[in-house]
Amino acid sequence: MTISKEQVQHLAKLARIEITDSEVKILASQLSDILEHFEALEDVDTKGIAPTAHPAPLRNIMRTDEVRDSLSKEDVLQLAPETEDGLVRVRAVLE
Amino acid sequence: MKELWQLTAHEANTGLRSRDFSSVDLTKSVLERLNSVEPEMNAFITITEETALVQAKEADKRFAAGTATALTGIPMGIKDLIITKGTRTTAGSQILSEFVPPYNSHVNEKLEQAGTVMVGKTNLDEFAMGSSTEHSAFGSTSNPWDTERIPGGSSGGSAAAVSAGACLGALGSDTGGSIRQPAALCGVVGLDPTYGRVSRFGVIAFGSSLDQVGPIGRDVEDVATILDCIGGHDPRDSTSNPEPMPDLRHYLGREIKGLRIGVPTEYFVEGIEPDVKERVEEALLEFERLGCEIDRTLSLPMTKHALAVYYLIAPSEASSNLARYDGIKYGLRDETSNEIWKTVERTRAKGFGEEVKRRIMLGTYALSAGYYDKYYLKAQQVRTLIIQEFNEAFEQYDLLVTPTTPSVAFPKKQKINDPYAMYLNDIYTLPSAVAGLPALSMPCGIANGLPVGLQIIGNFGEEGKILQAAHAYEQATEGGNLLASL
Repeated sequence: MTISKEQVQHLAKLARIEITDSEVKILASQLSDILEHFEALEDVDTKGIAPTAHPAPLRNIMRTDEVRDSLSKEDVLQLAPETEDGLVRVRAVLE
Repeated sequence: MKELWQLTAHEANTGLRSRDFSSVDLTKSVLERLNSVEPEMNAFITITEETALVQAKEADKRFAAGTATALTGIPMGIKDLIITKGTRTTAGSQILSEFVPPYNSHVNEKLEQAGTVMVGKTNLDEFAMGSSTEHSAFGSTSNPWDTERIPGGSSGGSAAAVSAGACLGALGSDTGGSIRQPAALCGVVGLDPTYGRVSRFGVIAFGSSLDQVGPIGRDVEDVATILDCIGGHDPRDSTSNPEPMPDLRHYLGREIKGLRIGVPTEYFVEGIEPDVKERVEEALLEFERLGCEIDRTLSLPMTKHALAVYYLIAPSEASSNLARYDGIKYGLRDETSNEIWKTVERTRAKGFGEEVKRRIMLGTYALSAGYYDKYYLKAQQVRTLIIQEFNEAFEQYDLLVTPTTPSVAFPKKQKINDPYAMYLNDIYTLPSAVAGLPALSMPCGIANGLPVGLQIIGNFGEEGKILQAAHAYEQATEGGNLLASL
């Protein structure tokens, strides 16, 4: 499996990471190399085998829907890079 | 006469109980050792000397009041992936380099309740992604046995610190071998518990279906004691095992005669260093002398697929988990743009290191339209087959014994530019991780001046049996408490 430079650029877009041209080149080669080693999986017969999402022998763990204490607004807001009037401030979404 | 920092946690507990020394004495001795080795070792991202001395004084009060536990007053290192309220927690990343958590992880709450002393937050590969602790934004950690070499990873800081006497025990986290591999390379004991045994609440997420916090200690008893403390049900983690936690110390000091041990052939093939193989063979002879039935005919053919399964599933989960680092709610933010998406993209470009970016891209690819069935779903199906193969093996055997790693600690920079070569370090620790099984690494001798690790894998929920065998072996070989000479 070869990953092209265009594919790397597309992945970077999906992953929301800005990458330089030299990073694109390196990543295309490294990801191709890694995926090539994974090709052997195709030879494993998995017909009718259910996928495992996690190994815990548990299903649908619920909790009661009740009012509980949470972190204080001040504690949470002080972590944000920018706030205004008790709210998290974001950059312009629309130009 | 031993220095206090040279004691195991249980030896220190005996001394504290009989008032031979105070927790403040012990903590001062450990901090002095820490400060003398740290310039060469770089095992800590944050040293919490003040907190440690306050906690040590509290611990001494508990001994006076008769409310001390087995871990009260014990100086510990906490992997910096684990949230500690009020103490900076970085995950080894620029993106969280100034993050001070407003809440506590479940495991740190448990340690605080037990009265341990935190000496610092230990170094790791960024977001626990790596096998050498070279992928840390805070510089690499040196192996205290040979500072030109890596300590393993990702819990390399924890393993190095325990091995060098900079703390008596530590917490690490294991996703694909991140406790066991550094424990092996630093000559200490590390245990990756059964998936669900220890709450992941407040542990910065990497691969959520694989991540487990576990203990690193100087001997088997210490590891059992620490897991006894941090394990058990926590409703804040929906994958936390609701079954009551077994008393693990109860398994120590028991005979292991008649124990059936399977030795899978796939763990002794290409790539294993001859000296590593020899030390493991010697350990198997010891288990035989202790009355275990060793079976070398076991074959686990799915073993060879564990690497691909792991390196598709873990990066996929990581790509999703790490989407939260966007420079808006907390953490680093790039300030060079006024536009939202540019800000997010530049924040992540600046905040994440190479390996983290590589894994996010790999995971994004495996989950993307057109490749999901071929990679992610296929990996999840083969994961089922790996689990089935282990299930069948445990119908015949109590435990499986293998080497922990194919080689001893390798020189720094040797594999840093070849990601696949780095991934191959984990070939023996990945299968049990993928299956969610408990597995321990302990020293089984030295090869060319460097420690060799023995891995003991148990069936789901059977940490007790692993510790029983490990303790019997350690007692018989007079192993344990191997301090690096740094």
